[in-house]
Amino acid sequence: MNLSPEPLVFELSRPGLVGCSLPGSDVPAAQMPKALVRSSLDLPELDELTVVRHFTRLSQKNYSIDTHFYPLGSCTMKYNPKANEAAASHPGWKNIHPLAGNSETQGALELLYKLQEYLAEIGGFAAVSLQPAAGAHGELAGVLMIRDCLKTRGQGHRTTMLIPDSAHGTNPASCTMAGFSTQTIPSGKDGNIDLKALEAALNDSVAGIMITNPNTLGLFERNITKIAAMVHQAGGLVYGDGANMNALTGVFQPGKSGIDVMHFNLHKTFSTPHGGGGPGAGMVAAVKELAAFLPGPIAWRRAGKYELAMPEKSIGRLKAFYGNFGVLVRAYCYVSMLGAEGLRRIAENSVLNANYLRAKLEKTYKLKYTRPCMHEFVAMGDVAPGIRTLDIAKRLIDYGFHPPTIYFPLIVPEALMIEPTETESKQTLDSFVEAMLAIAAEAKSNPELLHDAPGTTPVGRLDEVAAARSPVLCFRG
Amino acid sequence: MSVDAKARYAQSHEYARLEGDLVIVGISDHAQDELGDIVFIELKEVGKKLERGQVFGTIESVKAASDLYMPLSGSIEAVNDDLQADPALVNREPYGNGWLIKVKPNNAKDMEALLEAKAYASMVGEE
Repeated sequence: MNLSPEPLVFELSRPGLVGCSLPGSDVPAAQMPKALVRSSLDLPELDELTVVRHFTRLSQKNYSIDTHFYPLGSCTMKYNPKANEAAASHPGWKNIHPLAGNSETQGALELLYKLQEYLAEIGGFAAVSLQPAAGAHGELAGVLMIRDCLKTRGQGHRTTMLIPDSAHGTNPASCTMAGFSTQTIPSGKDGNIDLKALEAALNDSVAGIMITNPNTLGLFERNITKIAAMVHQAGGLVYGDGANMNALTGVFQPGKSGIDVMHFNLHKTFSTPHGGGGPGAGMVAAVKELAAFLPGPIAWRRAGKYELAMPEKSIGRLKAFYGNFGVLVRAYCYVSMLGAEGLRRIAENSVLNANYLRAKLEKTYKLKYTRPCMHEFVAMGDVAPGIRTLDIAKRLIDYGFHPPTIYFPLIVPEALMIEPTETESKQTLDSFVEAMLAIAAEAKSNPELLHDAPGTTPVGRLDEVAAARSPVLCFRG
Repeated sequence: MSVDAKARYAQSHEYARLEGDLVIVGISDHAQDELGDIVFIELKEVGKKLERGQVFGTIESVKAASDLYMPLSGSIEAVNDDLQADPALVNREPYGNGWLIKVKPNNAKDMEALLEAKAYASMVGEE
């Protein structure tokens, strides 16, 4: 990696340098109104080659899954096969006009229809909409569907959504946007939902519960069918947050465990790189009773032809046109290439890899919940006096690894959330273990090394507190 | 980690200390230590009536943003304006100048439902 600090384009600027030469004007000059004319403009002046080198050097500082191991818990930073990139960038897909009619786009509609069918089968649901553009967008779709379904049942007075304390922060945000209030349900000692606390919270104002399974501790919610039955009995509905679907593909169908509506992240789980700022896709799936409320349009097959239409009681449109189509093409290719057997191996190997790391590290990095994990686990980074998880994370950068997610979930102090994914080799996992154990030894023998880390990057330890308390948001001034 | 022996505590780590007919509410030393450097605090306005368990504000550290819950029902009589300029007061003096709000309780007896200092100290010791 290129480690020297890179100046800003403003610092590279020299008066008089230009990167383009404009041809002479072939139309009569027009006078600008005087009030609109400026004598100086604070833009950098650079030649083309300087600009090319500047941005190339910046690009060489990128850290990505294509260069390094990236065990960022909850984010599933796995390798996405390049074949799916090639498929998504095929001119036949990417040049379709979004307003082209059904008769010109039968191939694209067939892809949407078949992907809906595949995902419905993977999840154990009746129907799927590919509209939402991200995970939290899928959550919003799901809770809006729950709201409308309850109204149809004559239960519109139910406005409280229950959310376990191990949930993603987006869950309460999605509920609030949909007009629900939220109530937190604590976890028990085993890291699963506390059933007594759930029972005490169930009443006539409860609209439902949002469950992430496996939860953000990387633990399978063992009482899922019981929890769903309790909530149904009390008149509520069950939302499944599918952010952790990577642990379940081909093994467990959430729709068969009592979950009524659920999103999957097609980015991260189904072969679109995650963490690059988008685009994503958070398809939403539903059991039979809620299928009519899905956002639309969705793809249908009628008399051998494919068409787009709105579900009967749809919550409406959530996105222009048909979702993020390129992400959907990648997901279709990924599922087609893997088949049922391959999808099952994703889940099996992601769980195996996580447990391999957990077993190798748990003597040094203690666990709050000591059960076998699913695709990720949460350890604690306070391995020596005066050492916090932040120090471990920063020191890992010096060893060439992206730090895991830290300080989440909130119910584990000094949390270090590690998700290796199924795509990493045993060699990579072993070298990560070696680095983690070496850092734990340094924490005792040379703690300053950790407090000062990272020492090998263009900038060292940033003062996060000063940046948050008195942010300087302008360049030099 | 210190505990204010005169205060009572909620499971969610807020303390409540009766002074005259008002209750001083803040977060415990344990809570500020777990949160780490506090960078922003948002509190509901004076006059707001809230039930026990309802959110009276949000506290944000470099690690996380957390809701603040009313340890007992009542109305907010004062908020600590000094925290806007210096949120680190909560880190330095959680039981002193780092207080958050003053509450006029609906019923001062509600204090009895909260944990005593000793019970709270043993609860966080077990965590």
